[in-house]
Order: sequence, then C-alpha cells, then structure tokens
Amino acid sequence: MRRANPRPPVDSRLSRAKLVSMAEYIIDSMTVKRIEVLDPRGNADEALLPPFPDEEIRRIYELLVLARAFDERALTLQREGRIGTYPSILGQEAAQVGSALAIGKEDRVFPSFREMGAQIALGYPIPLLFRYWAGDERGMRSPDDLDVFPICVSVGTHLPHAAGAALAAQLRGDRCAVVAYFGDGATSKGDFHEAFNMAGVFGLPVVFICQNNQWAISVPVERQTAAKTLARKAWAYGFEGVQVDGNDVFAVCRATGAALEKARGGGGPTFIECLTYRLADHTTADDASRYRPDAEVEEWRNRDPLLRLRLFMERKGLWSDADENEAWERARGTIDEAVREAESAPPPEPGEMFDFACANLSPRQQRQREELEVRQVRQV
Amino acid sequence: MQMNMVQAINLALREEMARDDRVVLLGEDVGKDGGVFRISEGLQDAFGPQRVIDTPLSESALVGAAIGMAAYGLVPVAEIQFMGFIYAAMDQIFSHAARLRSRSRGRYSCPLVVRTPYGAGIKAPELHEESTEALFCQMPGIKVVAPSGPYLAKGLLLSAIRDPDPVIFLEPTRLYRMIREEVPEGEYAVPLGKARIAREGGAVTVIAWGSMLERAMKAAEGYDAEVIDLLTLSPFDAETVLDSVKKSGRAVIVQEAPLTCGLGAELAATIAQEAILHLRGPVLRVAAPDVTVPLAKLVDHYLPSVERIRAALDEILKY
Repeated sequence: MRRANPRPPVDSRLSRAKLVSMAEYIIDSMTVKRIEVLDPRGNADEALLPPFPDEEIRRIYELLVLARAFDERALTLQREGRIGTYPSILGQEAAQVGSALAIGKEDRVFPSFREMGAQIALGYPIPLLFRYWAGDERGMRSPDDLDVFPICVSVGTHLPHAAGAALAAQLRGDRCAVVAYFGDGATSKGDFHEAFNMAGVFGLPVVFICQNNQWAISVPVERQTAAKTLARKAWAYGFEGVQVDGNDVFAVCRATGAALEKARGGGGPTFIECLTYRLADHTTADDASRYRPDAEVEEWRNRDPLLRLRLFMERKGLWSDADENEAWERARGTIDEAVREAESAPPPEPGEMFDFACANLSPRQQRQREELEVRQVRQV
Repeated sequence: MQMNMVQAINLALREEMARDDRVVLLGEDVGKDGGVFRISEGLQDAFGPQRVIDTPLSESALVGAAIGMAAYGLVPVAEIQFMGFIYAAMDQIFSHAARLRSRSRGRYSCPLVVRTPYGAGIKAPELHEESTEALFCQMPGIKVVAPSGPYLAKGLLLSAIRDPDPVIFLEPTRLYRMIREEVPEGEYAVPLGKARIAREGGAVTVIAWGSMLERAMKAAEGYDAEVIDLLTLSPFDAETVLDSVKKSGRAVIVQEAPLTCGLGAELAATIAQEAILHLRGPVLRVAAPDVTVPLAKLVDHYLPSVERIRAALDEILKY
C-alpha cells in the first residue's frame, strides 16, 4: 500500500529547527489547478483540446442534446402527471456527459440522483430512466453489461461504497477504476470526509466527481463551506483536487480521463470539482425563485454548455443550422420512442415488492406475499 | 477442543478465510492488534494486511466500504468495536446494506457480516454496553443473529458469512470468556432463522437470546420450564416459539434491552395473535427499564437478574 503522506525524516527537521530558531516555517502547502479548454464563446485552447476526430465532436454534441431532450421531456411528463418528482439536470449536461465519456466498460460508477446525462452517455437505457422516475423500481436495475450502481438518494452516502469497490479492485489486482458522482451539498456530509480519507489512506483507484452546481436546494455553496474551492478539500486527505469548468465538455472529459488513467495505473484517487450551475429548480417540487436572484440564473444561461460547443463546431465548419435541427429531431425521436417503450411496459405486480426483499423469504414474508396476492385476486 | 467464545469466533473466521479467499475482515484495530477483544488475533499474520484491514476510525465508511466490497464480489466481515459505535453506521446499514438487493432489483447484493460485541456487565465506559438489537430487527433486508455460547457462535458465524444477505452478528460481550465448552474444528453450520430448545420442559416457555440465555437457564433450574434460545432475532423462528407456548400455555420473555418496543414486544404480539387461546395467563416480559444503560455501579439493578426471571416464573405458574 502506498504511503499517502510520508513524513520528513526526523533529523532533517531537527537541522531545520536549528537554522530557524523559534521557528515558524511552511511545512505544507497546496495548489489548486483549474482546467478550461473551451470558453463560453466557443474558443478552444488547441493545446489542451483532446484529440477528438470531427465525428466524435459531433457525437459528443449530440449526446449533450440527447441529455437535454431527456430532461425537457421529463419535466413535461411530470407536469402531465406521468412521472413523479424529478430533479432537472438543465445546465449540467457537459459535466455529466463529458465525464462519462472518459469512463470505460471495466470501470464502476456510483451515481447520485442528478446524473441522468452521465447515465445516458454511459449507455443506460433511457426507457429504464423514465420508468424509475415514474415510480417503477424495475428501472433501477442496470443492464448486466453496465456496472452502474442504482442512484443514491441519501446525499453523499454512496461515497464509502465507491471507496469499498476501489478497495476490492485493489485487493483483486483488477485494472479498473471507480467513479463516484455527487453534488456540492454532499461535501458537507460526514461520509464525504470518511470516504475521501479512506481513499487517501489506501491510495484507492477512485475518481470523485463533484458537480458543484452551487445550490443544494436553497443553500448556496458559500453556506456549505468557507473553503475557497471544493477541490482544495482533497489535499487535506493527501491527494489531488482540481477544478474544471463544468460547462466545458472538453475540460471535464480531459480531467476525468487523466484521473481515471492515474487510478487504473495505481496512482491513487483524484477529486474533480466541476464548477457548473443548476439552471432549473432543485426538483419539480421546488421553486428556486424563492431563494435566488434571476440575474444570477441569467448570467449562467450565457455560459450554456451546449451553446459553446455549438459555436466551436460552427467556427470549425463542423455544424450548420440544418445539423442543429436534425440533431434535435433525432434526439426528440429517440426520447419519444423511449417514453413509448417505458409507458408500454406492464405495471409491476404487487407481489413483486417481495421479489428482491432478500435472497430467501422468511416464512412470515412468504405468508405476507401470499396474503397480498390473495387480496389482489379478491380486489380488496 | 475446549474454548471460549472469543476463540470460537476466531476459529470460525480463520476457517472461513482459509476456505474462501473472498472473505476479508475490516475494522478498527482488527489487524495488528487483533481487535480490542482479540477476536481476530493472528489473522493478519495468517492472511496478510490486504485481507485483514485496519481501517481509519470511520464506522460509517468502514461499513460503507464493506457494502462496496460486497457488491464487487467479496465477502466482507466488518467489525464495529462496540455496539454503541454502530449508530454512526446506521445510515449505511439501513439506507444501503438492507436494501441494495431490493433497490437494484437483484443486480447487486450485499453478502456482508457486521460483527459487534453487545450487552452490559463488563464495567466498560458509556456506549460500550448497548443492547439495541430491536432497531435492526425492524429493518427488512437484514438478518440479526445473537449466539449464546462458543459452539453456537462458531456455527452461526459460518452461516452468517455464507448467507447471501447482510447479517448483524451480535456477540454477547459478557459471555465472551465466561463459558468454555467443546467446539469442534472444521465445518458445521448452525442454520439462521432457527431457534433451539436449550432445555425441555412442559409448564412454561422461557424465551431468551444472546446474553440473557445464560441467566434464563440458571433461573429455570428447579422449574418445569422449556427454554428457547432464539439465536436468530430476525427473522425469528415463530414456529418453534409457538409450538412450545401452545404446549405449555405460559410464556416468559427475557430481554436485556429496555422494555418498550423491544424484540419481546414482537414476540408477545406474535404469541397473542397466534396462540392466545392456548394461554393460561398473560405473556410476561422481564426486561431492562426504559432508561439509558447505567454504568457499572448500577448495572446490576438494570439487567434482568436470575431472581427477577424466577419471580416471573413464580407469577405465571399461579395461573
């Protein structure tokens, strides 16, 4: 196991202490790097631009559009009463899609509840997402070829699971990494601290990705922490924290790819703070106008993650208005089909609540299931 | 071989780790130190620091990490040093371990054992003598087990480690070194979900578990009392309990925990619902009062004593 924090040899400290009597001197410091590749007007730093072929850049943009089209439809379906309470991802598409693009099939992902963009980019079936948000638990089972944990609703409590999976991977000698997604609110939770600490101590192959959308329901990030950045928190646990422009899909992808490579190669954990913004309400049950100024929201609309990539592509001659219209048409078509598929699935049978209660039902659970099914037959 | 419960649990861990390389131990001071009660003595030397892991002082993360390890395909056995410290990990146990199979619709499961010493009477500081097993029994998706002696501890721990779902394994601290008995080497399983008739009798059924079994047995001497050792607290073996109560017509439940909403309440309700027409008198509960576990000076007045159990037997036998 890697020594996270090797102490300086005792005699060198002693000799320094002699040099500076009654010493006060710096024994520890940190630097927090910020990564930006694409600015809000679509100008790219070519040196930092990941070497994507043109086709890949178009595909990335279409994934952003698909994530936004999903979100747009989910909000509509909620208003129509066809799904339940729903947390919008509007404005966070680049942080989600950009990071997911760097994740390999061999990696394991522990998402929070506002990562539908990442789930879509990872290949999680969209009909299952709609079914989950419509209250059908069968939407929580990820396909067998995809190692994506069911989303974590209890804020930040999945971070220790990511550390544990990474510990297991390390023990097994598997060349893979673990990714955990969470928001700025999670950084105030004890499990954030405990998981980061464990990841640092054991040098675990895990990448922690925070979508700092600056609001945890009504509490702004300045009220979550007095720290200047969230990224700097990682340094206290003995590993690197970086901040990226979370609305810059290239920067997020670049940072995540590098962190995953480092993790898979035994270089230990990384914390990536994606600074982004939640353009919508916390959920469909929330009204953000109660606690934050419109001007702030407007300012962030100008930093729209889709817009800047579109401007970039237009400048490079990769994209036209016709492409834009077609991309949205395709995305909405995919979403239409997914909604149809989700809504045509037969509703779960009441007895199914027992299906995965445990591996083997107790005699009492078996009786309860039978009673439920008998009531169902009698319609009482 | 004659051994106490500490040695029996150690042997169970050693044998299961040798049998299955997916079994890993993690906890505070479990490695080099062998655990504060020496339960894992020698295991790090035998299996290495990757399989016997000294974690940072983080109950939530060590249980949470064990959940992640279990979902990855390992079989972690996590130690919480004392039951009073498990409260920091309740979120992990309730919000995740208990429901991972259900909320992933079977894609992931959590074959995890959380072992912890529990119970009063060891002259330890605050929060070192808790007996809050009923909290865990209320939560679907986890099993709760409490052995009452070395032989049973070894066989039950083997079953717990091999169980496909999370198990809270409560080790009665007071009995750790009190009882020595013959414990065979090699595999034998004491099944989960099955109670044991520790003593046969016809006039009254005494139901106890874990730390209280020893006192219930002492109290039963000289009475025509059947003593049931529950062993698995959730899901508990209602059939064995009801068969005995239907035969004897009288039931006394002995629990170390405070009276209100304890496991005894569930047992009493089950007896009332399923066997009330067989009863000759009320179901009696001998339990701790509804107060915080006192420290050593008063703990003898808190724990159900042999005398209090006998008084309950005398009372019920009047019916």
